[in-house]
Amino acid sequence: MIIPTKIYFRVWLALLLLLVLTWGLAQVDMGRFNPIAALTIAVLKMLLVILFFMHVRYNKPITWIFVAAGFVWLAIMIDLTLSDYLTRNAVPPTLHHTWQHGAWPAPSKEGP
Amino acid sequence: MITAVPQTDIPRPSLAPRRLSNYFEEGGRTLASWLLTTDHKRIGLLYLYSIIVYFIIAAFAAALIRIELITPAGDLVTSETYNKLFTIHGTLMVWFFLIPSVPAVLGNFVLPLMLGARDVAFPKLNLLSWYLFNLGGLMALYAVAFGGADTGWTFYTPYSSTYSHSHVVTMAAGVFIAGFGSILTGLNFIITIHKMRAPGLTWFRLPLFVWSLYSTSVILVLATPVLAMTLALMSLERIWGLGVFDPKLGGDPVLFQHLFWFYSHPAVYIMILPGMGVVSELIPCFSRKPIFGYHFIAFSSVAIAVLGFLVWGHHMFVSSESIYAGLVFSLLSYLVAVPSAIKVFNWTMTMYRGRIYLSTPFLYALGFIGLFTIGGLTGLFLAALGVDVHVHGTYFIIAHFHYIMVGGMVTAFMGGLHYWWPKITGRLYPENLGRLAALIMFIGFNLTFFPQFVVGYLGMPRRYHSYAPEFQIYNVLSTAGASILGIGYLLPLIYFIWSLKHGRRAPSNPWKATGLEWQTSSPPPKHNFHETPVVTEEPYQYSPVPEQRLIYG
Repeated sequence: MIIPTKIYFRVWLALLLLLVLTWGLAQVDMGRFNPIAALTIAVLKMLLVILFFMHVRYNKPITWIFVAAGFVWLAIMIDLTLSDYLTRNAVPPTLHHTWQHGAWPAPSKEGP
Repeated sequence: MITAVPQTDIPRPSLAPRRLSNYFEEGGRTLASWLLTTDHKRIGLLYLYSIIVYFIIAAFAAALIRIELITPAGDLVTSETYNKLFTIHGTLMVWFFLIPSVPAVLGNFVLPLMLGARDVAFPKLNLLSWYLFNLGGLMALYAVAFGGADTGWTFYTPYSSTYSHSHVVTMAAGVFIAGFGSILTGLNFIITIHKMRAPGLTWFRLPLFVWSLYSTSVILVLATPVLAMTLALMSLERIWGLGVFDPKLGGDPVLFQHLFWFYSHPAVYIMILPGMGVVSELIPCFSRKPIFGYHFIAFSSVAIAVLGFLVWGHHMFVSSESIYAGLVFSLLSYLVAVPSAIKVFNWTMTMYRGRIYLSTPFLYALGFIGLFTIGGLTGLFLAALGVDVHVHGTYFIIAHFHYIMVGGMVTAFMGGLHYWWPKITGRLYPENLGRLAALIMFIGFNLTFFPQFVVGYLGMPRRYHSYAPEFQIYNVLSTAGASILGIGYLLPLIYFIWSLKHGRRAPSNPWKATGLEWQTSSPPPKHNFHETPVVTEEPYQYSPVPEQRLIYG
């Protein structure tokens, strides 16, 4: 399939606009919304590249499945990694004591 | 798999080449004709030559390790040298031997033949994969020659990124580059399997080796980029102090382990799934029965590929991973045992009441089932949170993964190489010597690694060149076993080379096997088939044949 050049040109312009937007928003302190804004723009740019430059928009459903699989796997990586980081302090503090002299030390209120 | 023409003892006139020609003759005999070839069969052989070189270097490192460990004192090499030896052994064996062994050698050679295709989907990309693989390999060898790395094959941070005074970046760059070769091979195989199947060759008529290669390729494509990214981040931290993994720079060392094992645990399945595929070809052929539970074996390959991505955290039970994450990863790790067991049960059922021929490839397949089962079941010990705390970082782990990698994959590779050798070279290897080598390898392997289960359980840690004197007997046994294993590997190397000139000429189908690869001449013509085969029946339609006809056609 031959894609008209003007499509590529428009996508390229859109990417440049999003770049300017990224720079512009970086000048404004939005507090906790800073990363949200930056990541939203990044996702938009990514979608444009995948759909148009990588021709996924014009491809068969099987290509969509393979593209989606990449994202599902990325989600697996992030999700299961976070299952560690987000639960690091979830264990009751008494369990931080180590086995000493044949018995567990008595639980203490102040923790380790 | 039977095509429209009924199977006979001689190659079918419609599919055999019209004039005697093969890929050795047709492509030319010059060095350039090999180095610039796009023929999947020649590329498979190029991979074979390359991995033999890497294997010999890595085996030499293993030999030095085993000799050092004969005595409890660290008296042969210094601890620094010892660190480099096990790094060389691990890195070269994992990335430059095991990962390409079955997929890139046997897979490259037989996949298009099994599909009834003229070549893989992207022949030039296939050659590029081999060049990338060797560029990576040469960088790793450069690192070895100029001092080596001492991080172990796992490159754990912050030692690798901050403290090690060795060629870590060069070694990692070698692995990084070779990884792109893996990705391209995976892509090539996936697209070849999707697009280049012969007419009538539906998904459920595919040989199970193809299903396993497909599953392996999915892992190669999805996991390898993560390894590349992780090694790149580690190198950036080492070169420019970019704080990612080193706590002093605000990084987190366990993050490296998460990312590294997100690749490297699925990589374990890259190193075993193709071996399972080979065994699924060997068992029905030498039991003269259709495979039992075709769909179960096919889908269990896919299940292993998917589940293999969900279990990496079991490498970090004692690396400050949270207990809750440990529980999740432990449970998921147990799940992988299910599809693995499905395969073992189905292979066993295929053999049940079959007409068994104890040919060399079948002996390797039998060895595979036993050794893989031991390796797999001891994996369940390690998936158990409590037991893992006891055996983590000991020789128990070494024994476990060598039962999978060597007892499983190398055994399957040898089985596959013997099985397809007549097709690859057009020559028969000496059968009795083959059986002897298989037996020697089985005995040598068990003597090498079984004592390591015991000594590991007793508490001997891995990666030390000196140890407590009470462990000596196990280490002496292990070194003795390694010597026998070495002979077991050397013997096939010798008789394979011998057979190239002196072996009996192989007929098209010496094993009376089904499958399209056996329906063209041995060795095949450059473009495999003169007419595209048509598949009309299910795979593995075997029936008993007299033994003398099975082996010598």
